[in-house]
Amino acid sequence: MSGKKPAMEEVESSSEFPWSNTTLTPTTSVMIVLFAALVRFLVSLGPYSGRATPPMYGDYEAQRHWMEITLHTPVVEWYRNTSANNLSYWGLDYPPLTAYQSLAHAFLLNSSIPESLALTTSRGFESHGSKLLMRWTVLVSDFLLFFPAAVCFAVVYFRRFGGSGREGSAPWLLAMILLNPCLILIDHGHFQYNCISLGLTLGAIAAILLRREFVASVLFCLAINHKQMSMYYAPAFFSYLLGKCLKRQNWVLEVGKLGIVVIGTFMFIWWPYLYSMEAAKEVLYRLAPFERGIYEDYVANFWCSTSVIIKWKKLFSIAFLKFLCIFTTFSAFLPSCYQQIKAPSDRGFLYGLLNSSFAFYLFSYQVHEKSILMPLLPASLLAQQEPFLFGQLVCCGLLSMFPLLLRDNLILQYIVLFALFGLIFYQNGRHAWEKNSRRRSLCALRFGQTLNNVLFWIFFIGQKQRKRMCDPDLKPCSW
Amino acid sequence: MNDSWWFFSLSLCIKALLIPAYHSTDFEVHRHWLALTSSLPLSHWYIDTSSPWTLDYPPLFAYFSFLLSLPASLIDPTITDLVAGQNYAAPSAVVFLRLSVAAADLFLLSGAHRLSSRLPPFRRRILLALVIWSPALLIVDHIHFQYNGFFLGILLISLGFMVEGRDLAGGIVFAILICSKHLFMVAAPLYFVYLLRHYCNGEWSRAVARFLVMGLAVGAVFVAAFGPFVYHGQIQQVFHRLFPFGRGLCHAYWAPNFWVFYIILDKVLAFILGKLGFSIQTPKASFTGGLVGDSSPFAVLPQVNPIITFLLVLLAMSPCLIKAFVRPQPKQIIRWVAYTFTCGFMFGWHVHEKASLHITIPLGIIAVDNLADARHYFLLSIVSCYSMFPLLFEPQEYPIKVVLLAIYSALMWVGFSSLFSNSKAPKPAMEKKAERSGNGSGLVGPVSSCYLLGLVGVEIWGQFLHPYIFGSRFPFLPLMLISFYCAIGMMYSWAWQLKQIIRNT
Repeated sequence: MSGKKPAMEEVESSSEFPWSNTTLTPTTSVMIVLFAALVRFLVSLGPYSGRATPPMYGDYEAQRHWMEITLHTPVVEWYRNTSANNLSYWGLDYPPLTAYQSLAHAFLLNSSIPESLALTTSRGFESHGSKLLMRWTVLVSDFLLFFPAAVCFAVVYFRRFGGSGREGSAPWLLAMILLNPCLILIDHGHFQYNCISLGLTLGAIAAILLRREFVASVLFCLAINHKQMSMYYAPAFFSYLLGKCLKRQNWVLEVGKLGIVVIGTFMFIWWPYLYSMEAAKEVLYRLAPFERGIYEDYVANFWCSTSVIIKWKKLFSIAFLKFLCIFTTFSAFLPSCYQQIKAPSDRGFLYGLLNSSFAFYLFSYQVHEKSILMPLLPASLLAQQEPFLFGQLVCCGLLSMFPLLLRDNLILQYIVLFALFGLIFYQNGRHAWEKNSRRRSLCALRFGQTLNNVLFWIFFIGQKQRKRMCDPDLKPCSW
Repeated sequence: MNDSWWFFSLSLCIKALLIPAYHSTDFEVHRHWLALTSSLPLSHWYIDTSSPWTLDYPPLFAYFSFLLSLPASLIDPTITDLVAGQNYAAPSAVVFLRLSVAAADLFLLSGAHRLSSRLPPFRRRILLALVIWSPALLIVDHIHFQYNGFFLGILLISLGFMVEGRDLAGGIVFAILICSKHLFMVAAPLYFVYLLRHYCNGEWSRAVARFLVMGLAVGAVFVAAFGPFVYHGQIQQVFHRLFPFGRGLCHAYWAPNFWVFYIILDKVLAFILGKLGFSIQTPKASFTGGLVGDSSPFAVLPQVNPIITFLLVLLAMSPCLIKAFVRPQPKQIIRWVAYTFTCGFMFGWHVHEKASLHITIPLGIIAVDNLADARHYFLLSIVSCYSMFPLLFEPQEYPIKVVLLAIYSALMWVGFSSLFSNSKAPKPAMEKKAERSGNGSGLVGPVSSCYLLGLVGVEIWGQFLHPYIFGSRFPFLPLMLISFYCAIGMMYSWAWQLKQIIRNT
């Protein structure tokens, strides 16, 4: 039997391979999921942060140390400065769910390589076997949390917004979510567990779209309890849920129900630390270290960038700067919150997520460069609607992470993932966007984009030169 | 051409990410050949023994190594240092050599592009994906380390010429291929017969003239390759290096071919006959070692030597040769060439499992033509890729090789299902899409499904059950099982191809 098809179908399907068509079939999603997994396995072959750099090493050592502490010391002492737990050497500074996750992973490592987690004697322990196991903990967390959430979201999104399918491609969107280069490089290269909190958040977003608000609240609370930076999304969730409750009959009861769920989840996670105010305060103090200053290292946010003109640290006190940050952050995300409370909608919710996470990233106190992952998640969810914005944001994010990854010797993986993202981003873009936008606006956008890129590269090279001249250990941006 | 570059660039990203992965001793072999061709004059290339990795490819590949060594010595002189560079695996060397393999894959891209440029867009993309993203090629070339993409690219270019009817060009390129890697000589009888009948046809004087032209062209290639060594009087030494007959019937890991059954049958018969009371002597020689005088490694069945394997290969090829002689058609040439490589694989002497790449890549070109070929290719590519898994034995590469094969299988499923859906009558658009997307539409029959599931079972046994039950005893057992199981699939493929050639061409 020969596979002859009418010519029209050939033309339609020609732009879509390797996707079979625009809907997300099981085989196509399996293919994309497997490819995303392959890229993660390949990046894991590379070095991690702080490899062979005593005395402090890097994030990899921090995670290994947390596994050591949670395995060998009692729960109440995890956030306390004791003889066994010296907080100045990578003390825990994420909420308790990270600690529980470290404990779970510690069981795995302890069963194979106990000497990698021996109390105090295993500081700086590095071996091929332990690296493999540590990488596997990140991979498994990713596959169990982030991947199902992403697939679920893509399916739900297209059920809700897909329409005729001509607007865009579900497989492409799934690929954009799963092949986020910043996330892969940070989690599987540099070594962190952002996939857990981002996966929980994504699950919460999918639950919101599925109208399962209690599930969404629980998942989002878990995300906050894993990394406090997930609070960047809190205004959007809060305003959407409040808006939804206000639309219903007995809104006080609805808000009360959600409140109970949220408080209940928090109590469940914080249970070991709720026996006294001091214990809870110890943990909170570790989570928000205000004395570190308004910015650290090189972060592409408002305060660091404008510090060329206005020397924030020299001119103002910490208390005033805290107030200034809160004020600017609030003003930045207030508009979308207000709109959501008045008229909650799914699309508005997604844009609200982008808005509030961006507001926090730009104006918040003590933002780390890795926090670019926070705005990147909603941007990737909106990749279909705002492809140019998403593309530029990814480029920005990658550019801002360059110094970090240069320190980790991950430049090969950096360049390749940048190229890979570009190849897949433009594979669909060529066809979808040219159908939807007019020629003139396309030219203008292309011009603006090229100019933008030229400026980026000038900044990029300028940053590389500066890196060569400045000692990177000097704290913080002293320019 | 845009499509081809997109597929190539994507695979280049994967190849670049594989730079830090495991590489075998073949890496040191090729690095040594760079040093050899760079540091020593031509007359020493085939007689030097400063390293156990002596030059055993024909001269054109040696010239290629020489060309590569020019930038290598500029980047890092230690790479091409004959003494100091031994077992040199610094990042500069690894990056350079890995990227040279990726760059040599441009030949593969060129060959695939030529062969696919006339197809409609969808079919062309599937073909490019099948060839450029072949997982077996990635595993062997970019992890284990070899230059198969380069050779297979030259083969595809030659086949491209032949399919277009440009026989002289095809013949010359094939001669270049043989002078780069002599393993491809298996297809030489077919090329000879086909060119004789197709190119040298017509009336007597024209046929003779064309025969002379072809002979001179091919001869010129051979002279360019081997001429310098004839001049130095080293031609015997060169042949001694190219055809080392000290090796045994099988490689240390048995390639999944006919001889696996022969060996196992011999052992089983020896066991049974021993129990029945006959006295069976345990053989002194082994299958993997060399020929030791008269002693046979077989206990019961007759001994096999290179002449017998040679005759068997010719015998297996003969139906194909007869077909090519009777009715030479350009559009069948790829199928015939793939079949000759299959015969060489199944019945040859000291075959490596990597040689199954020579079968799958050409068959990938014709797999998009009809459903029967697609079904056969689906089974064959999975079996041949799986048979190469033992090449990567470290835990770090385990998920990579499994996921590569899984992605390729899903890709074939999606591609072939879309291409060969059953609908002929017009249907509403939604239904058509649904049918195109998920329906296997007979891509795998019940027997094939069971066989492929058994493959998963073999892997589970080898990785989990065997270490659990036997610990570290009988380490050869899982490998034997893989060889045996894959050999079943390869035999089926050989028989199927034979049937196709006899019936349909």
